[in-house]
Amino acid sequence: MPIFELIFILVAALTLGAAFLVVTSKNLIHSALWLVVALFGVAIVFALLNAGFLAVVQVVIYIGAIAILMIFTIMLTRFITQSTGPRFNTNWIWALIISFLMFGGLIWIFNSWPGINTQLPPLPADFDPIRQLGIALVSPNAYVLPFELASVLLVAALIGAIIVAWERT
Amino acid sequence: MSDPVSLIGQWLQNFLIGLGLPSGLVAIILIILAILLIGIILLLIDIGLVWVERKIVARFQDRLGPNRLGPFGLIQPVADILKLVIKEDITPRGADRFIYNLAPIIALATVMLLWAVIPFTSTLLGSDLNVGILYLVAIGAISTLGIIMAGWASKNKYALLGALRTVAQMVSYEVPMVIVLLIPVLLARSMSVQQIVQEQSLWYLLLAPIAAIIFLITSIAELGRAPFDLLEAESEIVAGFHIEYTGMKFGLFYAGELLHALTVGALFSTLFLGGWRGPFSDQIPILGVFYLFVKAFIVYFIIMWIRYTVPRIRIDHMLNFNWKFLTPIALVVLIVTALLDKILVDQSTFVYVTGMLIANVIVAWTTLAILRTHAQTKRKRVGVDRPVARPELASTTPTSASTSRSGD
Repeated sequence: MPIFELIFILVAALTLGAAFLVVTSKNLIHSALWLVVALFGVAIVFALLNAGFLAVVQVVIYIGAIAILMIFTIMLTRFITQSTGPRFNTNWIWALIISFLMFGGLIWIFNSWPGINTQLPPLPADFDPIRQLGIALVSPNAYVLPFELASVLLVAALIGAIIVAWERT
Repeated sequence: MSDPVSLIGQWLQNFLIGLGLPSGLVAIILIILAILLIGIILLLIDIGLVWVERKIVARFQDRLGPNRLGPFGLIQPVADILKLVIKEDITPRGADRFIYNLAPIIALATVMLLWAVIPFTSTLLGSDLNVGILYLVAIGAISTLGIIMAGWASKNKYALLGALRTVAQMVSYEVPMVIVLLIPVLLARSMSVQQIVQEQSLWYLLLAPIAAIIFLITSIAELGRAPFDLLEAESEIVAGFHIEYTGMKFGLFYAGELLHALTVGALFSTLFLGGWRGPFSDQIPILGVFYLFVKAFIVYFIIMWIRYTVPRIRIDHMLNFNWKFLTPIALVVLIVTALLDKILVDQSTFVYVTGMLIANVIVAWTTLAILRTHAQTKRKRVGVDRPVARPELASTTPTSASTSRSGD
């Protein structure tokens, strides 16, 4: 089997296994750490697709900010080490059947799409993805308007957080 | 013989291909050998850093430091490491065993991962990532995770407090660090660390001194060294997140912190002091390694100097310093540098450098002026005479004091 497919299968197995353990882990901190492993697997998939920038940004933002914030919140929860009851309810057979049906349906849809067997085209030697991304984000024919709107949304979230946490003396 | 490492690599490659191995496997073997070589050299330097640290702290504190074992105490680190290795390996009861043992490994591993993108010479570097700067930020984020794991898994209130303080400090100080890291990227037009070094015909310390100072301060905060060492404040939270770690696990934390300090020195010299550049470093590449380590040790000395001079900072002062002082200055300096770079891009080098320097001086002057007026208004508010309950106690003459004491 070609080395690329082998590496991809290993990474996908790592990501899916970690994601499964996030949901089924008894300890909440363990779930958060398995989530970190799953996000790391996604970063590796980005790197396999030659999107180095996205891989590193995934680590910085998801693992470096979001996962740490989740762990911080979990650490501040009370009674965290006590038992939370049974992890599976009585409907797990139906959940399994429906998820397998959905998986089969998605596989069938992807197989009937003609583009699934195209090979990855080789990138030109002087292809600079970061430069293209930078130009696309600020060029008026490309994505400058969604970029600015996303920035405004972030500023609104920041101001909202400050107002919510402001101590009225 | 000016580039011995490449020569050795070539010879090894020809030797292994001559043995009949496929070229893909030969490449993988050479990469693994290179990683092992870098790792071993760094860990050996780390042991030497124990000696450097203890001697220099002694000199700062006007004493001699270790001088019994070996000439000038050079065998002392071996004794230190032996002591740590033969100590009993304790796991506290109720601690999360797997995470407890994983945390020191992550703490040391993330420091060694940083050396993957630092260029040693023009031809010798781990990996020429075109997003090298962002990779450094990402590894810093993972190191924060290691410390949180250590604090939580110890099942100790003081360790948990230390871990929570760590999250607050490290996540906060990443913000001005990332903003300031944009300035060498801006000046070099590339995020690749090797490109940034190649473009530094004039050191970026001269073009962006405020950015260099802010990078140094935020890196010291990310390290967890004094004055930002409230993560392991012995007088407050009894060694913080590594209170439950003994023996070699504590040794990994300790060695990791020292190596991280040297790594910050190497990063600072790569980004702002020209890295491996120096006289004759283009013709004789192996000199680049020497220059890089000299600069890294000079910055490491400055970091130690700050550590052993300045007292520990309080946590609310630290957070105020970050969000109310460093982040606005970082943003202003970034905007000013970007604007000036666009305006002055076609001028001669002399005009460019003078323009940048003058802009930095103006930003620094304005900041100091604002701080001074702020301090003056605060002082005026505090210095006002306030009404007291018993005015006879307010004066400091002895007669009124003796009469008030007899009246009690």
